[in-house]
Amino acid sequence: MSSDTKNTIPTVKVTIDNITIEVPAGTTILNAARQIGGDVTPPAMCYYSKLEGSGGKCRTCLVEVAAGSAADPRPMPKLVASCRTGVMDGMVVKNITSDKVKDARAGVVEFLLLNHPLDCPVCDQAGECHLQDLGYEHGKEGTRYEFERRTFEKEDIGPYIQLHMTRCILCYRCTYVADQLTDQRVHGVLDRGDHAEISTHISKAIDNNFSGNMIDVCPVGALTDKTFRFKNRVWFTKPVLAHRDCPDCCGKVTLWQRGDEVLRVTARKDEWGEVCSYDGKPGWICNTCRFDKKAASDWVIEGPVNVNRHSVISQGHYSALQTPKETLPEVMGGRAPKLMMDIHDVSEVNKIELSQLPGAATGSDFNSPAPKEA
Amino acid sequence: MQLTQRAKPVDRSPMTWLESIYLWNIAKGMAITLRHMFMKKATIQYPEQQRSFSKVFRGLHVLNRDEAGRENCTACGLCAVACPAEAITMEAAERQSGEEHLYREEKYAAKYEINMLRCIFCGLCEEACPKDAIYLSQTFAPANYARKGFIYSKEELLIPNPVTEREAYQKALGDRKPQHSTTHTN
Repeated sequence: MSSDTKNTIPTVKVTIDNITIEVPAGTTILNAARQIGGDVTPPAMCYYSKLEGSGGKCRTCLVEVAAGSAADPRPMPKLVASCRTGVMDGMVVKNITSDKVKDARAGVVEFLLLNHPLDCPVCDQAGECHLQDLGYEHGKEGTRYEFERRTFEKEDIGPYIQLHMTRCILCYRCTYVADQLTDQRVHGVLDRGDHAEISTHISKAIDNNFSGNMIDVCPVGALTDKTFRFKNRVWFTKPVLAHRDCPDCCGKVTLWQRGDEVLRVTARKDEWGEVCSYDGKPGWICNTCRFDKKAASDWVIEGPVNVNRHSVISQGHYSALQTPKETLPEVMGGRAPKLMMDIHDVSEVNKIELSQLPGAATGSDFNSPAPKEA
Repeated sequence: MQLTQRAKPVDRSPMTWLESIYLWNIAKGMAITLRHMFMKKATIQYPEQQRSFSKVFRGLHVLNRDEAGRENCTACGLCAVACPAEAITMEAAERQSGEEHLYREEKYAAKYEINMLRCIFCGLCEEACPKDAIYLSQTFAPANYARKGFIYSKEELLIPNPVTEREAYQKALGDRKPQHSTTHTN
């Protein structure tokens, strides 16, 4: 079917894992696969549809092209990066149906993890980390690497963003954010090859109002929110959709709450882990929303986030925000049930408001006599 | 209907003369009693004697330290998410410079609590722990008059420091060998 009735972009037919789909010419294989969705979609660590020029670096999206096009049905000699390869009419792509792809992807994961410190128990990204997911789904169990892992000197890049260079996989997404969202580029990749590192030029703090979006685009824990640092594990927090009238950004966010405390604010993510779009524009959020609005009263809460049930974050089973009605006093004639022990009187946990701390809690925060209600 | 082969019909025949004087049956019963006096006792003198537990016995939790006496726990929360009884809660803090001798990694559990009233001693926390930081020892949770005594804080759970309190550490370790904190590959 040709679409000359509506627009001039011709459509092409492409078959990915035996599923045929019609997409506009010029679409990449990855985006065509995303239109099909599900397992057919190759994983992507560096490609980000909202960032121009991204992709082609991590090689996790490699696919096999079994037939180049209807006009020239020869297969492509090597696996190709699906995020950078456009579809041709009659192209036949194999992703999960190809053993070559599975093997190559396991190799790519092994390479990505070569220098990765695997400090997931400490890392704040654990639970929503794309590299973690990728490693579990496509990787090999062990490592064959026997040498010292690459380490870097710790660098402070400002009060809001924590940089862990050892965790970085050099996907370049954050530098594209710096380039495309902020006016002056203060953040880039220094050095080459094995020494390449993300850094702010001359350790200049990133103070652009949209710099916080680097946290959202980072597929690993290299860039994390300093105001959320070590506050809680992501799977113990309750993600809810919220919005506020923000003069700078769309104001549509996900709040990561514990009780009524807002521990973290992020942009809303779609099923590919990318920032959601509103009216064709990506929903980046400003630093004011992300770092400064840490009270539930700042936000209009819409409802719980629909978390994929395969994610560890879904273990909280947050399906509604209404607390169930307490019926015991009602049936007991208005008398509250007598508790043998109220855990909150005994427990020493949850005595300080973590959300009010500017950064990670320290030992002194816990040792100072917290205002204990009687 | 006969369900098993072991059922015996009740003997309702009248007693014989030997049975009717009862003396013989009393002697039979006393012989059994006497025999048990020389058999191995089923009980032990508890506080002085103690039974040895199985190697895989799951008792009270211990928060582990490494050989240098630093706490292993990084407050990763995997024990808490693995816990089917939701007995574990914790709060993490960042290690400051000067605290390197106290905590092994840059993040540590500032507060760590196990509610022993909730705990079912399944040992899933021990299995979930990636840092060998928590294990179930071979002791019971001692009895207590008040419920609040069963909320164990980090101070109560921590193993004695192997550097400063050597004997107490060895005693707490029991027959568990200290696992060296080398990186174990999976």
